[in-house]
This record gives sequence, structure tokens and C-alpha cells, in this order.
Amino acid sequence: MNKLVVSPSPHIHGKLSTNRLMGDVLIALIPAFAVSIWVFGLSALLVTAVAVATCVLVEAVIQRWCLHRKETLLPAVLTGVLLAFNLPSNIPLWLVAIGSVVAIGIAKMSFGGLGKNVFNPALVGRVFLLIAYPVQMTSFPEVDATTGATPLSLAKETLKQGGSVSDVMASLDYTDMGIGLMSGSLGEVAAFALLLGFVYMLVRRTITWHIPVAVLGTMAIVSGIMHGAHPEEYMSPLFHLLSGGAILGAVYMATDYVTSPMTSWGKIVFGVGVGLLTIIIRVWGAYPEGMSFAILLMNACVPLIDKGFRPRRFGKTSKK
Amino acid sequence: MPKTFPIGGVHPSECKISRGEAIKPMPLPEVVTIPLAQHIGAPAKAVVVKGDKVVVGQLIGESGGFVSSNIHSSVSGTVTAVDNFVNAQGLRQAGVTIKVEGDEWLESIDRSTTIVRECSLEPAEIVSRIAAAGIVGMGGATFPAHVKLTPPPGKKTEVLIINGVECEPYLTADHRVMLERGEELLIGVEILAKALGVERCYVGVEKNKPDAIEHLEKLAKEFRNIEIVPLKVQYPQGGEKQLIAAVTGRQVPSGALPIEVGAVVQNVGTTLAVYEAVQKNKPLIERVVTVTGKSLAHPSNLLVRIGTPVSALIAECGGVPENTGKVIGGGPMMGRAMVNIDSPVTKGSSGVLLMSESEASRPAEGSCIKCAKCVEACPMGLEPYLLKVLAQKQRWDDCELHAAADCIECGCCSFTCPANLPLLDYIRLGKGEVMKMIRARAAKK
Amino acid sequence: MDTLEKTLQFIESLGYPVVALCVLGVVSAILLYIVARSFKVEEDPRIDEVEKMLPGANCGGCGFAGCRALAEALVKNDDISKLYCPSCGSDGMKRICDYLGKSAPEHEPQVAVVRCGGTCEKRPRTNTFDGARSCAIASTLYVGESSCSYGCLGFGDCEVACTFGAIKVNPATGLAEVDEEKCTGCGACVKACPRMIIELRKKGIKGRRVFVSCVNKDKGAIARKSCSAACIACTKCAKACPFEAITIENNVAYIDYNKCRLCRKCVLECPTGAIVEVNFPPRKVVESQPEEPKTV
Repeated sequence: MNKLVVSPSPHIHGKLSTNRLMGDVLIALIPAFAVSIWVFGLSALLVTAVAVATCVLVEAVIQRWCLHRKETLLPAVLTGVLLAFNLPSNIPLWLVAIGSVVAIGIAKMSFGGLGKNVFNPALVGRVFLLIAYPVQMTSFPEVDATTGATPLSLAKETLKQGGSVSDVMASLDYTDMGIGLMSGSLGEVAAFALLLGFVYMLVRRTITWHIPVAVLGTMAIVSGIMHGAHPEEYMSPLFHLLSGGAILGAVYMATDYVTSPMTSWGKIVFGVGVGLLTIIIRVWGAYPEGMSFAILLMNACVPLIDKGFRPRRFGKTSKK
Repeated sequence: MPKTFPIGGVHPSECKISRGEAIKPMPLPEVVTIPLAQHIGAPAKAVVVKGDKVVVGQLIGESGGFVSSNIHSSVSGTVTAVDNFVNAQGLRQAGVTIKVEGDEWLESIDRSTTIVRECSLEPAEIVSRIAAAGIVGMGGATFPAHVKLTPPPGKKTEVLIINGVECEPYLTADHRVMLERGEELLIGVEILAKALGVERCYVGVEKNKPDAIEHLEKLAKEFRNIEIVPLKVQYPQGGEKQLIAAVTGRQVPSGALPIEVGAVVQNVGTTLAVYEAVQKNKPLIERVVTVTGKSLAHPSNLLVRIGTPVSALIAECGGVPENTGKVIGGGPMMGRAMVNIDSPVTKGSSGVLLMSESEASRPAEGSCIKCAKCVEACPMGLEPYLLKVLAQKQRWDDCELHAAADCIECGCCSFTCPANLPLLDYIRLGKGEVMKMIRARAAKK
Repeated sequence: MDTLEKTLQFIESLGYPVVALCVLGVVSAILLYIVARSFKVEEDPRIDEVEKMLPGANCGGCGFAGCRALAEALVKNDDISKLYCPSCGSDGMKRICDYLGKSAPEHEPQVAVVRCGGTCEKRPRTNTFDGARSCAIASTLYVGESSCSYGCLGFGDCEVACTFGAIKVNPATGLAEVDEEKCTGCGACVKACPRMIIELRKKGIKGRRVFVSCVNKDKGAIARKSCSAACIACTKCAKACPFEAITIENNVAYIDYNKCRLCRKCVLECPTGAIVEVNFPPRKVVESQPEEPKTV
């Protein structure tokens, strides 16, 4: 007989692995990716390929030469895909590469690598590009005869110049927005496809419902109240949910394991915060889109939320 | 919806390969080694010396205190040593070694198979008989049964719960007992109920044993007050606190015993032993052990004399397979890996599980991605990821603050961790240190 | 004219921010100065000086929470005979005490000694541990990778505890080994070892030491079975020792370093090689003269 192996219990392990979790998110993103290729053509594929390749390369180089360890590269693939999904398809490819280096190199690896980062790497990359290269980041390709402006920037401009909600909606159609026929970043346009991925992740128990539902619910309620009070000044809840990166952000970005809270209540608080900040930035802020900033701001609050919202302990709810 | 516990839990694959195997008496071994500490509490004191002749059922170790237990000879023969032997973990421990000669039983033991239904003893007599028979919790915790049956003053027992959950993968010993010894089991329940003076008894069985549930439900019609409770298949349904919560809806508070919510839990094997001790005058000298493993030739449920070497059990089931990498005493979630397979079967051995090398080795560790799967899985509502880091950094005070002492060591956190972190390894270390601190404080007062 | 106006405009637009920033800076500086003065904590400046002289590793070897705590105690306490920084050694302590004008406490330099000689060859490994690599975890679980329940587990809890990088597990032998140059005798490893194998012993002249490299309390036959370098408590060493420095308790011999005169007779007597001598010059081939070994 061979030498016996001894270890403390448990002696079996479930099927979960980091690669499986990341793989499931990637699978969930396939429908949205397909839609973006259908809408934007091959440039979408190209942007994604460059982002993924750069992210993986940077991650591998830093792991190998700076941190001296070897770990799964799938999270970097996911970061690359998510970053690409947040970029316009006609962005110069060298900018994609810069964004990826910022995302992985600065937002993730400088904190110590996988699991140590405070902010969502893909969003840091995106926001860096948005602030450093505003022109390239806000000129979107024309889609299906609509103008190059995204619904959100269209709404912002129209409302600022004294137009009404119906003026904005004149050139928009909710069905088109639902299936992805609108101007915007690569992956954010296909609301329906993104929700399909959400259902897949729920079935696979990759994520829980708390954060997406809290984010989208808060956005719907807050914008619903405002829209109900002044229907011609504030956009409708449906518009807010379908436009910009609302669904992409709520389902795929805010739920990033590393930068979201641990407990169910913590996740709900986090989600409500993201939803609230998004609407505030969208309605009163200088930028038409607020999802990225909202998530990054709430990322910073996660350690505090984790401190405040502990899991429900067994035996604490018993009769007093 | 079947009943279940309120938080956490995981679903390991069942692998109950020996579920269809009838209980088979194991042939007598040549030598047995009976440990003097097979229970939680003070070890028993040996009352035999080298050279003594003993018979089956004879007292060889006397209980060393209230929280302790008697030890009886499981075979007849000559005592060859009262000394330290090497246990399953490779550590030296006191025990009595007996060379087997024939199979001569104590006269007072009723060896017939007739089922004795009526029990006319007073509660106090029942408890003293259980104590005399050396019965301990046979689910693995080995807490002396008579201590549980003696509620502390001021506490009233309201419900008796029999644990027939067997939520550990692979193990089928309790399942077979429920199927084959159902009637005796239920008489045992009645006896325990009488000893405790409770009106309501429940037998909790996981729904993956429909035949056992059906069988017991049919039998239970003959008994007053015994209800069979089918439970959802979810690990750790058989944890004491989890079972109480599932059956009664009451949660045992942190740091308290089940009696705090008026519940007493006994395992199926223990209940059968109680029947045998009270009605048949037979001390705890044998138990049903599941010997299993994917590459084992004949996985079986054996009726084994206490003290039989584990290696003899494996030989009976077809020998140690070539690719064996790990031998576990108990189930795969909470069992202990063995170093020495010649170590004896004890009162708490519910199973012997052989794993191949590929099953046995742990996957490589990754980084914590804070996915919170461990928090979701923990049935006690703890934060395993945090406790692990605190224990690793030896911050014992913080471990206590985050209730490391509440950990039931079920293993759900390590089982589920996608990064394969040894969460429970460290939490157990932290729990141990916290318990030491708590005991030291209590001693100071 | 036009250029002049433009220049003026430029200076104006540049000048105002500069002036504003300067004013802001000055006001802040004044505020800071006032706050610093009014909230100043009076502290003996010597504490800082002493702290600088201490190693700053916060190893805890002195019994204080950190180097600063020891520095405070050294400055404030009148009686400093009990205070000692093991990692500074006598020389370092003398410098500090000279600075403070106090008399330095006398302390023999100490060094950590790993009392286990069960290398992979001498103590065969019977199983493989696959849990979290920690001695504390392995020792609560079971006997360890060999069949000796007293010996070094080799998972390096001491290595983690050492702030000076002085103790390391040698993968070839599976034992913790002390780097005498780096070891300061702070005792962190002694506390970290769950099997209490590591002991602080007198460093000895020229680092010469004789000690029993085994703590196995099993009876001789059992100990020998699990490790060929185990102390079997045969008492030969105790009989050979001319200074009564060796005691045998719980089946294991122990050399009292205060009584030992480093004659090394026990080393020759030990049948299992459990008694170890370090830093001695090689023995002369002629071993018939018992007077020969130096007794210092």
C-alpha cells in the first residue's frame, strides 16, 4: 500500500472552482456579445479581442515577474470582456490596450492581485479612459439610422436645452432599445440578451439576485417617482433601465465578487446605493451616464458595509 | 416543502453505495484492542489486568466520573495487555488488548432474537441501566448517553428527537438499522421517552431514504407519540442544532446545549443500543459500521465487535484496493483520516471510507475572491473567510468576537470554497484557542 | 500696447492664484503651529533615542508589546535589571545603558535550539499531510508525517514566527534549523512550536554547546522504533557525566546548561546519537585520553 494521505476534514470538495464561476459569467455574456457583433459588426470582436489579450498579458507578466505566483488567468479574461463591453466599438485599439493596462495593472495587480482589489478593475479602466480621452469615449458609431448619440446623452442634451421627454422619445423606440438597436457601448445595448445571461447565472447559482434586483429596483422606483411627478421633465423608469449600462452594470459589474459585499443585506444596501447614485448622476450630474461612477463609489463603501451587515447567526433569532 | 434547517447548507453527492447491503455480522477477529477512552469526558479506569480471563459483556473499564462511560469486553478470551496502543491518528492511548478464545457470553445477557416490547422500569432505573451499559452517542460525537438523559436541575425536556438523518455521504449504517431493526428501534425510542418523561418523540429521516421512512411510518402506528419526520436532503441536516431547528423550529442559542430549548437528540444507533441494554441487558459491545469506498470490492454494512481492527473490516470487504490514498474513520465531511488502519473500531465509528489517491488529494489553493459562498453555506451563520484569516494571524480575541466557538466543524465552508482554501483547518484551530480562552476564564472565576 | 495689456492680463490671471495659494499656505502653517504647540505631549526625548538604538523588529522577545514599549520602560524605570533586549545582546544593551547612564543588566546570550534529530532517513515518513501547512493544525489532528508524536512536524510555524529569518525548515531533513548568526534568542519560535521542541539555551563560549536533540517521552523501545536518533533514556550519559548535569525524566535525558562543562563525554556514550555537540573543533583521532577535552 502507498503512503496514506492525511488531512483534516472535510475530505471531499464540491464542484465549485474559481474557473467555473468565471467561466459561467463568460458564458452568460455570450448572448450579449452575439448581439453586439450583430449591431456593431466585426469591430466589436476586434475591440474585445484586444482588451482580453492585453488584460491576460498584463496579468500574466505581473504574476510571473512581480508577485511570483501562478494563478488562474480566467478572471483577467473576464475583466477584458467587461472592459470591452463598456467601450464604444469605434474606439482606437491603442486606447483599448491602455484601458486594459490600467484596469489590470493599476486597479487589480497593484493591490496584490486576484481578490485584493478594492475597485472593479474593468470600471477603473473604463472611467480612466472616459476622463482622459472623453472625445473618443463619447463618439459612438451610428446604428440603424439613429444618430450617433446614445439615448442618455440625447436625453441629457434635449432636456438641458428645454426640450421635453416626448421630444426625446420621438426618436427612440423601446423595442429597439430592448433588443439592442441603439447607440452605445459594445455590450450595454442588448438589454434582453443581458437579462438572458442573468437568468443563466441565477440558475447556475453563480450570483444571487440581491444586487441586480436592488440596483434596478431602486433605479425604477426613484425614476418612477420623479417621472410620475413631472412626466415631461424626467425620463421614464423603463428608459432608465434600458439605456446606458444599467443592466450591464447591475448584473455583471456590480456583482463582481471581489468588490461587492458578503451578506445578503449588505448586497441589498450596496445595490440600493448604486441605483440611487446612478439616477442622481444621470439626472443632475454633468455626465449622461452614471453607472460606472456609482459602482466605483459604492465599491469604496464595501468594507464599511461588510462591517455593518453581518450574516444572521444561528440561534440569535430564537425566543427571547 | 420538507422541513430543513434555517440557514446555509450544501449538497454533496450522496454516494450511498452500500445502501442495499443487509447488515452482516463480522466474523470474530483474533485480537481486539478496546480503548479506555471511547467517549467525551474522563477515560475509564481499567478493572482487569494482564492474564485475566474475560467473557463477552464483562466490565473491563469503569466509568471515570459522571461525564464518562463504562467499557465492556466485546469478546471472550485472555487479556494480553493493559497498556498504550497506537490509535487511528497514530497517537498512543490507553487500551485493553484481548486475545479472542471462543465466544462465551455473560449469563445475564438475553441473546434471543425475540422482541421484548414492554418495559416496566422506572425512569431512574432506565438511566442507570443505560449508564451501566456504557452507551455513548454513536453518531460520532460519543457523548455519554446517560448524561443527556439527566437534564440539569430547572430544565425540562419537552421533545425527544431521534437522529436518523445520516446526512454524511457514503454512510448507510443508520439507514440499515432503521430498515432491519425498525421495531426494536421504536421500542428504544419509547424507553428513552419514558426515561425523560417526554410526550412527543420525533424520528428525523432525510428524504433520500424513502424505504426507511415508509417502514418506520408503518411501524410507528403501533406506538403512541412517535412521529416520523421526513427532512430535506441537505448537509448538515444531522447536526444536532440543525436537526432540532428543522424538526421543532427552535434554535439552540450560541454556546448553549440543546436542553436550553427543551430538546434531547439521540442517534439511531444509540437508541438501538438503549433497547438492547434495557430490554436485553446487553452492554454496548458491538455496532453497525459501514465499510465503503468507490474502489472497494464489496462495500458492506457490518455488525462489528468494538475493538476489532479496521484492517480486518476492510479485509472482510475485499481488502485494501491498490489505488487507496486515504482511509477515513467516519464520513467524508466530518470523519478523521487514519494513519494506522490496524487501529480498533470504537463506539463512535460509524464508517470506514476508503478513497483513491485522486479523490484523496486536495485541489491546489487559490486566492480568496470574496465570493461569499462560504458565508452562504455556513449553517451557523458565521463568516468562514474572515475567521480563517483571523486564525491565520493568530488574532484569537477577534476569533471569539466573530463566534469561532459556534463552529460545528461540518466542513460546508471548505467543501464549497471555489478557491479550495482550507477554511475549516484554520477555523478549527481558532475555535480550539477560543475554547481554551473560555475555559481559562471560567477556571479563574 | 496690446502686448502689454495681454501680459498684464496674464500676470493678473497667474498672480491671483499664486497669491491666494501663498496666503492659504501661511494661514495653514500658523494654524498648524498653534495646534502643535497647544497639544504638545511632553515626552522624554531619550525614549526616541533609545528606540532608535533598539532593533525595531518588535519581536516581543523582551516581553513588551514592541520596541517602543521597552524603550519607555528602559528610560522610566529605575531598576532595569530585569529588562533585556535579547536581539541587541549584551553589547547593544551596554550601549543603551551607557547612554542612559544606568548599569547594564548582565545576561548570557542565548540561542534557539531545535531538539529533534529525526531527519527523513532517521525517522521514516509514514504518511503525507495534505492539510493547511501549519504545525499547530497538524499537531491537533494527529501524530504527524512520521510515527513519532513528539518530533518536529516540519511545517514551519517557527519560520513564520521568526522576525529575523533565523529559523528555517530544511526540506532535505524535514527539520527546522537555526541560523546562529541571525538568531537573537527572542523566543518567538519557542512559543510558536506546538510540540515544545525548541528551547533557548546558553550560547556558550565560541558557540559551543552540547544538548540532547530529542524530546520523545515514549519508552525506549517505542521511541527507537519511530526514530533511530531518539533518546531511549538508557541513562548511559547521566552515568558518564562527571558534573551531574544530565537528568532523565519521562524517558528523556536533559542536559542542564548551567552545570554542563562541555566535556562531551556524554556525546560519545550516547548509543543513538541523540546528544549533539556543535561548534567544537574536530576531535583528535586518539580518544583514549579522557582528560583531553577542554573544560572551559
